[in-house]
Amino acid sequence: MAEDKQHNIGKLEDPAKRETFRNVFKRFGVVLVGTIVGQSMILSRPSRAAEALRPPGALPDLDFDSACVRCGLCVEDCPYDILKLASWADPAPQGTPYFVAREEPCRMCKDIPCAKACPTGALDRHMTDIKKADMGVAVLVDHETCLNYKGMTCSICWRVCPIRDEAITLEPIQSEKGRLLIPTVHSDTCTGCGTCEKHCVLSEAAIRVLPRELGLGLSGRNSVGRS
Amino acid sequence: MLRLGRGLYRHRWLLTRRTVQIVILLAFIVAIPGYGKIAEGNLASSLWFGELKLTDPFILLQTFFAGSTIALPALIGALIVGGFYAFLAGRLYCSWVCPINLITDLAYWLRKRLHIKGNMSLSRSLRYWVLALALALSFLGGTLAWEMINPITRFQRELVWFSFSGAMLLGALFLFDLLVSRRAWCGHLCPVGAFYGLLGRYGRLKVTATPTESCDTVGCSRCVTVCPEPHVLAPVVSKQAQSVTSGDCTRCGACLDECHEGTLSMKLDLVGMVTRKAGK
Ligand code: SF4
Ligand code: SF4
Ligand code: SF4
Ligand code: SF4
Ligand code: SF4
Repeated sequence: MAEDKQHNIGKLEDPAKRETFRNVFKRFGVVLVGTIVGQSMILSRPSRAAEALRPPGALPDLDFDSACVRCGLCVEDCPYDILKLASWADPAPQGTPYFVAREEPCRMCKDIPCAKACPTGALDRHMTDIKKADMGVAVLVDHETCLNYKGMTCSICWRVCPIRDEAITLEPIQSEKGRLLIPTVHSDTCTGCGTCEKHCVLSEAAIRVLPRELGLGLSGRNSVGRS
Repeated sequence: MLRLGRGLYRHRWLLTRRTVQIVILLAFIVAIPGYGKIAEGNLASSLWFGELKLTDPFILLQTFFAGSTIALPALIGALIVGGFYAFLAGRLYCSWVCPINLITDLAYWLRKRLHIKGNMSLSRSLRYWVLALALALSFLGGTLAWEMINPITRFQRELVWFSFSGAMLLGALFLFDLLVSRRAWCGHLCPVGAFYGLLGRYGRLKVTATPTESCDTVGCSRCVTVCPEPHVLAPVVSKQAQSVTSGDCTRCGACLDECHEGTLSMKLDLVGMVTRKAGK
């Protein structure tokens, strides 16, 4: 013990000074750890994956992340139980509500109970018309497997759409295979409910609901495009 | 029979508080046939009896820092909850409501039973840093930083939709409290506890001492040994204060259960509120 002391004194004589040093290093350590944790949390902020759709009336993604308190009131008020609060490994930020169309699509309830239940404004509780919902947009992603493209008349996606002939129509075109009826989504009226995706008869849906930014092109010139 | 009665009496605070905790937890889960659930949502925001909307003020504060405008229903709910805790005592939440307290108390109990001595010492002020960090990150990241971790609502979510990763976090928390550091989570790290501690800093519900002779002669300090935040009792035991005034006191009543001399009691100190004002 005595030797120990001597040893230490040899290094830094004044115990008060030693204490100060220790404190400085402690603070430094806390700040360092804080910065690393903070930095990684900000940089790795998990964003929603394309297959995770928000309930109707949701704010745009970043605003939604900051407004939603992750309470699950929307989840509980959905009569079809399609919503879930994301857990760690789920495709949406921790605790936020989402649904996957291929599993259970939104039934577009007339009274929109999910949005009404939201206390924070993350979902617009004053929304009255479910047809104005914008959960995403359906896109016919695969022209090679879609049966209607192959010349058969499946048309299931069109048939099941709750707002058939508004959101999705069958447009006839003439091709070498004959007359095809092409399921065509109208992005301004499609609500992204996902019913079409759910019922697509293929083992992987050829029509899928995507977030608008992913699902739609925008006319106008791309500066990198060919001039 | 008598022994049972005495046993119950000696744990009266513990038993009452566990009952309250568990009833609240079950209110969110169990659907009563013909009525449904008593409470919907979770501790972030909830709807009680289909009427009363409550919102956690700390989580709402994060949404504010994250740059969101606060909607009226959430604001009212947070004011009710915040007002309640500010008036009575903030950390009532910790010992009477929070489900994590069940886990950390279990860890502490086991720690004692198993005589686990190893203890990494943490500063009790660490939680204020975590609180500051949570708000700062919410501001910088534009999302609710603490809600990525928050074991409280996670616990409730895992009860409904069990997930492996979520359970791991809760398990890690338990093991940390059990093996690494004594009362690490609730006593040192949790920013929710820190927030409610600050909020209820001037709460009127207080552990109050009426010093008796026997308290002196026995010199027992048993209350201090069972208190999850022992420093709050120090001024009372050393007779420098009449009551526990620190916001850290969780009003768990462990000290009352332990005190066999009738020295301590839980009192609603409304007079103090008036005299404090008059004094100023
Ligand atoms: S509109 Fe109906 S089905 Fe769709 S998420 Fe809301 S409550 Fe559920
Ligand atoms: S009700 Fe609103 S705040 Fe609560 S989880 Fe749903 S979207 Fe988020
Ligand atoms: S997602 Fe499909 S089913 Fe729903 S509105 Fe759009 S086209 Fe119709
Ligand atoms: S300190 Fe945190 S985790 Fe512990 S009881 Fe309080 S709020 Fe819950
Ligand atoms: S002083 Fe008593 S009531 Fe307060 S935390 Fe300690 S044991 Fe619990």
